[in-house]
Amino acid sequence: MAKKDLIGGSLWEQYSQKVSDRMDNPRHRGDITQEEADAKKLKLIVADYGAEACGDAVRLFWLVDPKTDTIVDAKFKSFGCGTAIASSDLMAELCIGKTVDEAVKITNVDIEFHLRDKEDEPAIPPQKMHCSVMAYDVIKRAAAIYKGVDSRELEKEEIVCECARVSLKTVQDVIRINDLKTVEEITRFTKAGAFCKSCVQPGGHEKKKYYLVDILRDTRAAMEREGLRKAETEGGFPALPLVRKFKAIEKIVEAEVRPLLSRDGGDLEVVDVKENPETVEVYIRYSGACLGCMSSGRGTLMTIQTILQERLSPKIRVITL
Amino acid sequence: MERIYLDNNATTLVDPKVKEAMDPFLTQLYGNPNSLHTFGTEIHPYLRIAVDRLYEGINASDEDDILVNGCGSEGNNNVLKGVYFDIIRNSPKKRIITTQVEHPAVSHTCRFLESVGAEVISLPVNDRGIVDLETLKANLDPDKTALVSIMTANNETGLIFPIQELAEYTKEQGVLFHTDAVQAIGKIPVDVQRIPVDFLTFSAHKFHGPKGVGGLYIRKGVKLTPLLHGGEQMGGRRAGTLDVAGLVAMGMAMELAVNALEYEEKEVRRLRDKFESVVLSLPDTLVIGKGQPRTPNTTLASFRGIEGEALIWDLNHHGVAASTGSACASESLEPNPTFLAIGIDKELSHTGVRFSLSRFTTEEEIDKASEILVHTVERLRSISSTYTQSSR
Repeated sequence: MAKKDLIGGSLWEQYSQKVSDRMDNPRHRGDITQEEADAKKLKLIVADYGAEACGDAVRLFWLVDPKTDTIVDAKFKSFGCGTAIASSDLMAELCIGKTVDEAVKITNVDIEFHLRDKEDEPAIPPQKMHCSVMAYDVIKRAAAIYKGVDSRELEKEEIVCECARVSLKTVQDVIRINDLKTVEEITRFTKAGAFCKSCVQPGGHEKKKYYLVDILRDTRAAMEREGLRKAETEGGFPALPLVRKFKAIEKIVEAEVRPLLSRDGGDLEVVDVKENPETVEVYIRYSGACLGCMSSGRGTLMTIQTILQERLSPKIRVITL
Repeated sequence: MERIYLDNNATTLVDPKVKEAMDPFLTQLYGNPNSLHTFGTEIHPYLRIAVDRLYEGINASDEDDILVNGCGSEGNNNVLKGVYFDIIRNSPKKRIITTQVEHPAVSHTCRFLESVGAEVISLPVNDRGIVDLETLKANLDPDKTALVSIMTANNETGLIFPIQELAEYTKEQGVLFHTDAVQAIGKIPVDVQRIPVDFLTFSAHKFHGPKGVGGLYIRKGVKLTPLLHGGEQMGGRRAGTLDVAGLVAMGMAMELAVNALEYEEKEVRRLRDKFESVVLSLPDTLVIGKGQPRTPNTTLASFRGIEGEALIWDLNHHGVAASTGSACASESLEPNPTFLAIGIDKELSHTGVRFSLSRFTTEEEIDKASEILVHTVERLRSISSTYTQSSR
């Protein structure tokens, strides 16, 4: 509690203008018929996620070019609130032009980020985050259908929350991606545990194989261990041979730098690594939207250098080519 | 853009006559009624008139008490916590019987009292959406029960509960009875001589008075530990300097509301029914409690294939204010218990939208809102992933 919490904010006031605009005028709403797909000789994928009874349901249509695996067009329909409609609309937009494998990497965090008006102001209040998770789940389902993973395979997903049909994988993913620390946060993001509450902890009216409290504890512990392993690499970095240094740098770039740049449509490539007595010079080349971006030579460059310094060695200097 | 307010169960416009009545007590007659000098004493005649209006409004006898307080939530808290201190804490009667559809001012307070030793039984509503006498009889053990608390009319559905027979039975069993009548005053007649309640709660802003002032009726001779201790205001039953302007306003609002009951019953009901006929002319829609005794101003409707918040969002953009109890908009993700109880598909439990009129709602507004509703439902169904028009 504090001054700003005394007069509870209206939920709708916390939506960004972009959320509001897309709710009013979704650009990709509608459906794609088999006839359209046949006429264009493209493959039609239709994926459903969620259910009316849970308060949110979304259907995603993809037209995929089977030669290149590229999503040529995407449309959606939704039973859901404004946030769900806006997220689905943006999700469909982000799919277009990507390959199926690239599309699967789109997360609810990306969607929320793209819906922001200002970089540091959330597009939607936390209790509405679960609506954007739906958009993320339906992409995974569409990709599974495209790749011909048996639909029964999908049903074999370990379901943690039966009411909201949230899988173990989804719960683990949202904990990791969003750095969640409490069961309440998991519920806000996924709706798991919001209905009958049996899956929250033992003692509910139904016995469960998995409980959110356990998944949270185990996932946090795994994240901790991975963090430690990273720290070990950190200590060992100066001793690594040059090729391994290059690989270590590429790994950090892939995991932490590339996602940052891709939000704005940019990318980079690690071209070379040179060792000097006092410094390790990392040569990078920008591509995509980073080219010609004012920040790529200053703020962004400093951010990349800081990440590499923190993760690997304070001796690292990043230089653009 | 012209705006149309159809959310009068949330709050109402202050009647201009009410504002006129209260204004002098903010600027000229601003004394503390407890003062000995004339600034204080000159207010007393006005307070007496206001109090008379409250007593007449619910037909209380002069021996009864009506405490003037801050809101409906305060009245409900006062009853529940007072009974906790008077009975539950120091007798074998640990039980409060209430319902699954009470306002949070009752249900959350009961949950709190559970944490300090009270037993709470929340009665379900039947397939008509109300709590019936049989259910109460089956659950009321007079040796273990301190209080029965059941609302007069439901805020979401407008369904009127059979409060007369529920109260009569409870009193026969020698148990205290409270009703939250916040949604009833100004919509249906409320008469404490006819209905043997011990406690009754109301709130001025639900019947065209200002926010921040409410009332708690306590029958003659019934004990109730105060919620606020301090000065001797309200005969020691509720401390705190009297909200003079608020009391004057609530008195005026009560009188106007009671005088308008006939208009409410005929004209507001006619407009509400007209609106409902538009709702029902659309395919795959429902009006909850249609044909049951309901407050004449309230419609809880369901539009298959449209999530409630999405609908009120669109309506709001066209200037129509309505509300939803559905999962997405409120903190609770639970489906509406009334929906489930009356046997409506689980699929529809997130589609509820409430429209509530008042005596200030005009026919033009209803026609305009109907037109907007039809377009909005059409648009959202065209986006909906789950809606395909049924052949029913």
